[in-house]
Amino acid sequence: MNKVKIYSRFERFWHWSQMVLILLLMITGFEIHSTFEAFGFETAVRLHSVAGWGFLILTIFAIFWMLVTGQSKQFVPVRNNVKQQAMYYLVGIFKKAPHPVKKTVDSKLNPLQRIIYFGLIILVFPVQLITGFAYLFFHYPDNPFTLEGLEAVAVLHTLGAFLLVAFVMAHLYLITTGHTVTSNLQAMITGYEELETEHETEISKN
Amino acid sequence: MKNQFSKSVMALLVSLLLPLAVLLITLKVAAYKGTPEVVNVKLKSEYISSVDHSQFEILQQEFEHPRDVTAACLSCHTGRDEEVMATAHWKWEREEEIPGRGVVSVGKKNLLNNFCTGANGNNGSCMRCHIGLGWKDKSFDFADNLNIDCLVCHDQTDTYFKQKGQGGMPATPETANAAYQVPDYQYVSQNVGLPKKNNCGICHFYGGGGNNVKHGDLEEALLSCSKDVDVHMAADGPDMACIDCHTTERHNIQGKLYSVSSANHNRIDCDQCHTTTPHNDAILDNHFEKVACQTCHIPEYAKANATKLYWDWSSAGLTDDHGNGYSEDDADGNHNYLSIKGNFVWDDHVKPEYYWFNGTADHYLAEDTVTTIPVKINTLFGEYRDSTAKIWPVKVHRGKQIYDTGNKTLISLKLWAAQKGEGAFWKDFDWEEAARLGMEYNDRPYTGNYDFVESEVYWPINHMVSPKEQTLTCVECHQRDGRLAGLNDFYLPGRDYNKSVDYAGFGLIFLTLIGIVAHFLGRIVAFFKNR
Repeated sequence: MNKVKIYSRFERFWHWSQMVLILLLMITGFEIHSTFEAFGFETAVRLHSVAGWGFLILTIFAIFWMLVTGQSKQFVPVRNNVKQQAMYYLVGIFKKAPHPVKKTVDSKLNPLQRIIYFGLIILVFPVQLITGFAYLFFHYPDNPFTLEGLEAVAVLHTLGAFLLVAFVMAHLYLITTGHTVTSNLQAMITGYEELETEHETEISKN
Repeated sequence: MKNQFSKSVMALLVSLLLPLAVLLITLKVAAYKGTPEVVNVKLKSEYISSVDHSQFEILQQEFEHPRDVTAACLSCHTGRDEEVMATAHWKWEREEEIPGRGVVSVGKKNLLNNFCTGANGNNGSCMRCHIGLGWKDKSFDFADNLNIDCLVCHDQTDTYFKQKGQGGMPATPETANAAYQVPDYQYVSQNVGLPKKNNCGICHFYGGGGNNVKHGDLEEALLSCSKDVDVHMAADGPDMACIDCHTTERHNIQGKLYSVSSANHNRIDCDQCHTTTPHNDAILDNHFEKVACQTCHIPEYAKANATKLYWDWSSAGLTDDHGNGYSEDDADGNHNYLSIKGNFVWDDHVKPEYYWFNGTADHYLAEDTVTTIPVKINTLFGEYRDSTAKIWPVKVHRGKQIYDTGNKTLISLKLWAAQKGEGAFWKDFDWEEAARLGMEYNDRPYTGNYDFVESEVYWPINHMVSPKEQTLTCVECHQRDGRLAGLNDFYLPGRDYNKSVDYAGFGLIFLTLIGIVAHFLGRIVAFFKNR
């Protein structure tokens, strides 16, 4: 075991800022959905709009970062070990079995994480951003680009929101399934995590 | 060690302080609200008259008849008679296009309603609010400019009144009584000016036979009210007169009500003074596209005195043991029964109902038949997809009124007469005779069979604008069961949702939670087992 830096400064800033914004968007969004009352409708709308802008800006930085550093490869799904990873969560974890795929600097996400994160990045985030900004700017039928009412946009946006809530819940739970209960959390804060030092052999195997 | 320290500082920065900064910036930006436009307009009351009418020789005479006053006015104000005689105030009708029905001439002269049902044939009483001098019957000459009553609108002395029951004539030496004396024409004519609130209000406040009966948002309290009642007309505010908004060019007064008009022109808009982006705040100003200013800024009407919301004619005509009519009051002191009119429901501080409205309206015309129940006496046009329509606050007056069961037409009643025995319902309580005479006067066919039918009229609300602190908050409409619960032709955030998506979504969250709990318990069990 060796302490390795796996999350760069930007990645950690991105992650925690994203957490703040998504949490804010979730609370205000479901208030706008009339699920509960928190800030008051008007404040909720104003917060949601600004947080949406914040999320867009952060996303642009993240895309830029991925392109420049090539880290986008981390989020590309792989075929290998998908089943093994699923079996680990369903069976292995209860038997103290080792993680089927080693976490390395070059491959920080396990095969299931890759699929989920890829889905978020390719599908859920873009849908939320597009429907969100359509919601903001094309709510009335007289704009040059006309939406026949808000219904389609709003319902899609709600659907995306539900998926994100489910993701956040699962994510919060699954971060406790690292080497230790808090090792993943610590890594996202400090940037460093104790990894098994076999990653060179791992690479030579491939 | 130093390395470890800088790592900790960096972790604190990127994982806590910077994300916190993002949060604070978001909160700060979200808290920004634009400052509303400040309006600065010159009010009519600030104008100083360029002449002193008391100096004019022609006004020094002892006027015998109000027609002589009109002649004196017109001797200087040449051509004004033509302007006046072209208005709906004179003609009591306008040529306007009803979408889908073509051009019709509609107005108080020929339309029916569900208050006193119709003016024509009840001239002595109803035409008291005509700007002529005695439209007592069909012989009134609309081409005679000396029939114009200049004083009723321009009197500044508050001493000139039209007499009750005289079709718009002030008291004469023959008709004068304790309540109505012959006006001092010399005094009044020497003190004329731009119409004040009460010049307009003497008719527009009391339509339907009493204060605030009809409009709900126009009543005598506006003569001297607080800002809570009306920010514009408030005595402790700008104290605006009617004509400050109802701007007038050559006697054509802007603005009209859709109980008696149809076309989308000659209207008043708030943006005459307030611009179309008065809030300086995008999210509020965006609402201008689909929501009338009145909708948020008039949260309730009839803020001082009650207005009539329901009028059931079918119970009218009951008399006491001596055959006389009587009245009963409700707990607030408003009539809830009058033998001459039937049962009423009054209310104050009324929440409006809301409808799409594009500035055009349909009317039940005298030749129309009853096709729907309740009968829609006027219909405000508009829907979500209509880009010219906005959500508008509306007073809906519901009632039950007499109709011809044979011809399926609403009946024009003869209600008023000076004496008993002329067949007027208010004197004789005889439905058959009142219906027959009313229809006859209006040249409408009548089978002699009648019953009562439910009807509704729709009056858009425009007055009694509240101070901005009392404006509707978002959640009044943006909630599951808010003020707009009845307008269902569009998706309203906060009110609407897709049932399947919500069930699926909350289901997914629930299943995720179950999964997490089950998995977690499994891990705990495994932890102790494997120890």
